[in-house]
Amino acid sequence: MKSFEYVRPAHVSDAVAAASKPGAVYLAAGTNLLDLMKGGVSRPDLLIDVTRLPGLDRIEPLADGGMRIGALVRNADLAHDPSFAKAYPAVAEALLSGASAQLRNAATVGGNLLQRTRCAYFYDVNSACNRREPGSGCDARHGENRLHAVLGWSDACIATHPSDFCVPLVALDAVVEIEGKSGRREVRLEDLHRLPGESPQRENVLEHGDLIVAVRLPADARNFGGHARYLKLRERTSYAFAIVSAAACLRLARGNIAEARIALGGVAAKPWRTRGAEKLLAGAAPNAESFQRAAKAALAEAKPSGDNGFKIELARRIVMRALALAAAGTPARMPALPASPFAAVSGALAHA
Amino acid sequence: MSFSINLTVNGVPRDIALSDPRVTLLDLLRERLHLTGTKKGCDRGQCGACTILVNGRRINSCLALAASHDGADITTIEGLARGGELHPLQAAFIAHDGLQCGFCTPGQIMSALGLISERQAGCDDERVREGMSGNLCRCGAYAGITEAVMEVQKSLSEAKERRVA
Repeated sequence: MKSFEYVRPAHVSDAVAAASKPGAVYLAAGTNLLDLMKGGVSRPDLLIDVTRLPGLDRIEPLADGGMRIGALVRNADLAHDPSFAKAYPAVAEALLSGASAQLRNAATVGGNLLQRTRCAYFYDVNSACNRREPGSGCDARHGENRLHAVLGWSDACIATHPSDFCVPLVALDAVVEIEGKSGRREVRLEDLHRLPGESPQRENVLEHGDLIVAVRLPADARNFGGHARYLKLRERTSYAFAIVSAAACLRLARGNIAEARIALGGVAAKPWRTRGAEKLLAGAAPNAESFQRAAKAALAEAKPSGDNGFKIELARRIVMRALALAAAGTPARMPALPASPFAAVSGALAHA
Repeated sequence: MSFSINLTVNGVPRDIALSDPRVTLLDLLRERLHLTGTKKGCDRGQCGACTILVNGRRINSCLALAASHDGADITTIEGLARGGELHPLQAAFIAHDGLQCGFCTPGQIMSALGLISERQAGCDDERVREGMSGNLCRCGAYAGITEAVMEVQKSLSEAKERRVA
């Protein structure tokens, strides 16, 4: 690991001031950053440890009915907060489907949002990667790419964003609070991550030195608590990134769908909101035909970036299954295998 | 750049001078404090062999900078036995053959200790397996590991019921 300087500021303003130096990065838990530094993928000159900054570790219900989650809240603490998990069950399920218990105990909300792609060519410093080294090319294009993007990719980069947490958050219109050189500003989470285009090295809209301080859910995100699921297909049941995943949140009224929210994970360089599919479901009956129509619309623009055409059909089926499970109702208790399509549900056939 | 940090390791306060901020908790425990029970497997947060408790919570010590954990209370596998008496988890791993080569065992036991204190799994073997999925065992002793954790979890639950009754 390249050597670096280390500072631990006591206030947000000191942290932001320190971060103006070139080569400076923020350190929270470091579960992704240290891994990248050990591999030589990230080579910062200065680590600004934000873990002791005051006031960023709270989960606060807001007067307007929304919820504010401090950037330093640990993934496990958020998922296991009873009132949070009850109001936003798909978010809790997504969190518990990610990483391992050890990593969830350490990893923070802000860090989860800013984690880097797990594309193997991004991680291998001997491979060409436009995201890591602009202009060097993309070895994934003609390499091992069965898990790469099927939506929003470009010839410059076909990497995916690996977060589970971000997928239901985007579906629920989460907003990110950012402290920067010119003060506080807000960005919709949906607009935080960028699609690669010609400049995949610009992964998000943050400027150098910007610090995420909180994520906020608007009041209407609570309306979906009774019918919300996150489903994630992986190459093993636990402790793996998504091949494809989907968050499905429904608001039912008089037996029909009043409002639907759907977002996909593992398919693009950002969590993928599917507004067209949501519109199709508004006013529709919650049945297989409606869900099939929505799933088709959700993947309408998908195209393979390599040996990954199978992900498109898989994503359609995950959307349909997530919608069906959401319509059936949020389980009273978190499933033993969170987000797993193979999790046994009491009373259901295991392999129907 | 040189600085010092304070840690409590297995109940003992330690004042440690660091000359390099790159040191992880894992390397500090093994190389500086000579507590080699905590193992370095992948060193990248994928195998769980380096699992320790920090302020009572299980984490991967390979992905934790020591400098960032100034003031932390750390428990390693060396802190579990009381004199000659094994911790119930240690005894259960032996009784249920929860190991073969033993390399992953300290991490497994520390992870199991964390799992039990998190109180999310209870006596549900599916939840125990899911909760232990951050610890790989290349000998494949998973069946014994699950039985060992379940046995300790059950004896704790029964003891709690007796106290309530």
